[in-house]
Amino acid sequence: MSPIPPVRLRARFSKLGKIKFTSHRDTARMWERALRRAEMPIAYTEGFSPRPKVHFGLALRTGYASYAEFLDIDHLPGTEIDVVAVCDRLTDCLPAGLTVTAAETIDPVGADSLQEMVTSCTYEIHLAGHDETEVADAVSWALAADEIPVTRIRKGKEKTADLRPTLHHLGARPNADGVLVLEMELGTQPRGFRPDELTAAMGLGEHPGPVWRTMQIIQTEGERREPLALRPPQAIDHQVQMA
Amino acid sequence: MTTIWSELEPLLPLVQRPARYIGCEDGSQTPSHDESLTSWLFCYPDTYEVGLPNQGLQILYEIVNERSDAVAERSYAPWSDMEEQLRSHGLPLFSVDTHRPAGEFDVLAFNLSAELTYTNVLNCVDLAGAPVRSAEREHGHPLVAIGGHCTYNPEPLADFVDLVVLGDGEEVVSEITEVISAHKRAGSTDRSALLVALSQVEGVYVPSLYDVTYADGLLASISPVQTTVPDTIEKRTVSDLGEWPYPKSQLVPVTEVVHDRLNVEVFRGCTRGCRFCQAGMITRPVRERPAEQVRTMVQDGLKRTGYDEVALTSLSTADFSGLDQVVTDTFDLSQGCGAAPSESPTDGQTLASAPGVSVSLPSLRVDAFTVDVAAQIQRGKRTGLTFAPEAGSWRLRQVINKLITEEDLYTAVDSAYSQGWRRMKLYFLIGLPTETDEDTLGIARLARNCVEIGKKYHQSASVTISVGGFVPKAFTPFQWFGQNTMTELQRKVNLLRDDLRRDRSVKLKWHDPKATYIEGFVSRADRRIGPVIETVWRNGGTFQEWSEKFDLDLWIDAAAEHGINIDDYAHRHRTEDEVLPWDHISAGLHKDFLWQEWRDALNEVGLEDCRWTPCYDCGACTGYALEHVVASATPPAGGSQGTGQDLSTGSSVPVALLPRSAKATAEATT
Repeated sequence: MSPIPPVRLRARFSKLGKIKFTSHRDTARMWERALRRAEMPIAYTEGFSPRPKVHFGLALRTGYASYAEFLDIDHLPGTEIDVVAVCDRLTDCLPAGLTVTAAETIDPVGADSLQEMVTSCTYEIHLAGHDETEVADAVSWALAADEIPVTRIRKGKEKTADLRPTLHHLGARPNADGVLVLEMELGTQPRGFRPDELTAAMGLGEHPGPVWRTMQIIQTEGERREPLALRPPQAIDHQVQMA
Repeated sequence: MTTIWSELEPLLPLVQRPARYIGCEDGSQTPSHDESLTSWLFCYPDTYEVGLPNQGLQILYEIVNERSDAVAERSYAPWSDMEEQLRSHGLPLFSVDTHRPAGEFDVLAFNLSAELTYTNVLNCVDLAGAPVRSAEREHGHPLVAIGGHCTYNPEPLADFVDLVVLGDGEEVVSEITEVISAHKRAGSTDRSALLVALSQVEGVYVPSLYDVTYADGLLASISPVQTTVPDTIEKRTVSDLGEWPYPKSQLVPVTEVVHDRLNVEVFRGCTRGCRFCQAGMITRPVRERPAEQVRTMVQDGLKRTGYDEVALTSLSTADFSGLDQVVTDTFDLSQGCGAAPSESPTDGQTLASAPGVSVSLPSLRVDAFTVDVAAQIQRGKRTGLTFAPEAGSWRLRQVINKLITEEDLYTAVDSAYSQGWRRMKLYFLIGLPTETDEDTLGIARLARNCVEIGKKYHQSASVTISVGGFVPKAFTPFQWFGQNTMTELQRKVNLLRDDLRRDRSVKLKWHDPKATYIEGFVSRADRRIGPVIETVWRNGGTFQEWSEKFDLDLWIDAAAEHGINIDDYAHRHRTEDEVLPWDHISAGLHKDFLWQEWRDALNEVGLEDCRWTPCYDCGACTGYALEHVVASATPPAGGSQGTGQDLSTGSSVPVALLPRSAKATAEATT
C-alpha cells in the first residue's frame, strides 16, 4: 500500500513594520504558535519531540521587510481547506505585521522544497544619504564589473566568492516620494548573496537604508514565476505598511 | 504621541538581537498618554529576554492599564551595544510599547530580583536623562521606585531611589497611583511634599525621609526625620490570590526569551521554612489560587497564546493541593485540537496529529514528587526536571530545615527515571552554616546514588549537579551568618570536582564564587555602600549578573576608593544585639522568631510546616490578620512530609511534629 500523502498548503505572507526585526527562527516560532491558535489539523512528526511539518523558504535576513515570504504547511490527509478563508484565519492568529496574502494547496508528491525551487529574489533598498550621481556611478560600476568578490567569515575562516554571476538586475530610481530606490535581483544558486553584501561592495555601505524583499522567483526554461502569485486585488496597502 | 521610533529604527540593524527593542508582543498595550494621567514605566534591569517573562511586572502593567487615571508601559535594560548607540546618538532609554522616552513617565519602577543588577538600575535612570541620585532630582524628573525581593534590604540603593515598595504590588500600585494623580491634579510642583504623601501609603518606604547614625563603624539607628513618617514600614500582602487572576493576557514575545511558555501562578508564599530561603520567609502565608481558576487560566491562556507548554509556578509547586488533578485536567484540555491521529508514513517520516501541551513544574520538592505526578507530566513533551536537595547530608538539611530524607530524594528520582526521564538536575548550596567537608562531599555521593538508580532504567542515565555559594539574606534565620570566603567556596567546588573527576554520568556546574562574594557584600549592606555601586557603574560595570561582564576588580577598586571593607560586610558574623540595616522594615516576621530559628539551626533542630500544623507565630499572619489559603488540610502524598520520619506505615498520617526542645529550653532561660 502506498503511503497517504499529507495535504500541503502553500502560503504567501508579508513581513512588514517593526516585526521585521525578528529573525527567521523567531518567525518560525510565531508560525508554530499561530497554527496552534488557528486549530488547524496540522501534521506533526512523530518521536520524542514532535514538530509541526512546516517547511520554510529562503531565510530572510533579520531587519529586512518582505512582501514575498512562503511556507508549506502539511495537514493531515483528508483535510479540506478553504484557501481564501484560511488567509484571514492565519493572519488573525499571527502577530501584527505578518499578513497572509495568498494560499493554495499543492501536490506534495515529488515536489521540490521552496529553498531548492527558488532561483532568485528581488529586493528594494531605500537609500538615505547618497546622491543620485553617486548611486548611478556605483550601479554602472557593478554592472560593468567582471567580478565582485565578497568575503565572508564562516566558522572562523575567511572565504571569498564572486557575487557578479548572481547579479541579474540592478538599477536605481527615485520613487514618488523622491526617495532613491535601489532595485536588484540576486540569484540564489549556487550560493546566495545578500543585498547588503552588494551595497558594501558598491561603496554604499552595509546599511544603506531599509530593505524589502519584493519577489521570490522560480526560473525554469521558458518560464518565470513566483512560488505562489498574489491574489488580486493585492491585499496590502503598500504605503501604510511601509510606515 | 511622543516616540523615538523613527530615530531608533535606523540603529536597530546595527545591534545584536534587535527584536529586544521592538515590543509587538501579543498582549502588549499602546496606551495614549495625557498630562492628567499618571504614567508608569515598569523597567526590568536586565535584558529583554530575561525580563519579559517576569510575571510581577506583567501583573502591574495590566492593573495600571486597567485604571482610568493611569497608563503603563515597559522597558528593559539595553544591552551594551544598544546603550552605545543610544548615547552616541543622544537618544534616551525608551519604552518598548510606544518607544516613548523614559524621562517622560511619572514613575520609573524597577523590579529587583538580584543584587548584581543594581548598577543597571543606575544606568537606566541615567539613560532616562535623570540624575542618578534622588537628592538631585527635581520636579519634572520621574520618581524612581523599586520593588521585588531585593527591596527587603533596600539600603544599598537608598541614595538613588525615591521610593521602595515592599511586598505584593497588586493593591499598593493603585494606592501610589492615587497619591500621584492627586498631586498632579493639584498642580503641585513640590516633590518633597509628594514623597511625604507617598510615605503614608502602607508598604511604601521613602529612604530620604530617614536619618541614619553610626557608632564604632557600625550602624546605630535608622529613624524618620519627621513624626508623620512611620518608624517601621510594613510589607504588603494580598490576602486572596483568587481575587487577582493576573496576568489576564500574558505577553507573548515575538522573539525567544527565557521561560518562553504560558506561566500560571498556582500559589504565592511558602511555609516549608527553609532557613536559607528569603522568598519562603518574606512571602508568607501560603495563598493558593482556587484550582478551578487555575484550570480556567490554563485553558484560556493556551488558547489565546498558542503556547504548547505551561508552567504551574510557585515556590514549591508539588505542594499545591490537588496538583495531580490540575495536571491531568491540563492535558485533557489540550487534547482534542485538530483531527484524529493519523499514521500514514510519507517520505520515510510518520505523520501524527498535534501533540498535547507539556506541563512544567518548576521548584519541585522531592518529598512531594510522586510516580503519579511524574506519570502525568511525561504525557506531554518531557520537560527538564530539577530537584533541590540543597545540602548533601541529613545533618545539614536539618540545619537549613530542608527536611527531606535521602530516601525521599531516591524515591522521587526513581519515579522520574521510571517514567522515562534520562537526566535530571540537582541543585545544592555550598557554604551553608556548620558545613563540613563531609557534607560537601555528600553532594557527590547523592548524585552518584541517583545515577545508580537511573541506570536501572537507562544505560545513559545522568545527573547534573548545580552548586551555588550561599549568600545570607535579610529576613532569614541566616541573616546573622558570615558568608564563606571566595577561597573557601572555591576550595569546596574543587573538592567536588576532584571527587567527581572519574564520574562521566555526573556533570558539575557551579556559580562563580567571585560573583557570590559581591552578592554577599551588597545583600546585607547599609547605605554607606551607595558610592561603591555608583563608582562601579560610572566605570562601566553594567550587566554584572552576566558572567562575561562581571568584573571583580571594578568592585574591589571602587570599595577601596570609598574606604569600604567588602570582607566586613560579606564575612562578619552579626551579633544578636546588632542593628541590621533593614530593622526599620517589617515582613511581619518577629526578629526573635528569626533569632530562635538561627539558634535551632545551629542545634540541628527542624521546624514543621505551619500550613498543615498549628501556628507557631512567626508574625507573618498574626501581624496582618492573615491566614493560609490552602485547599487541602493534609500535605501532598508521598515522601516523609517534611518530618524526616518514616511515614511508610500509613497513608494519611498527618505531619508529626518534631519536638522544639531547643526553643523551649532557650525560652525557659530568657
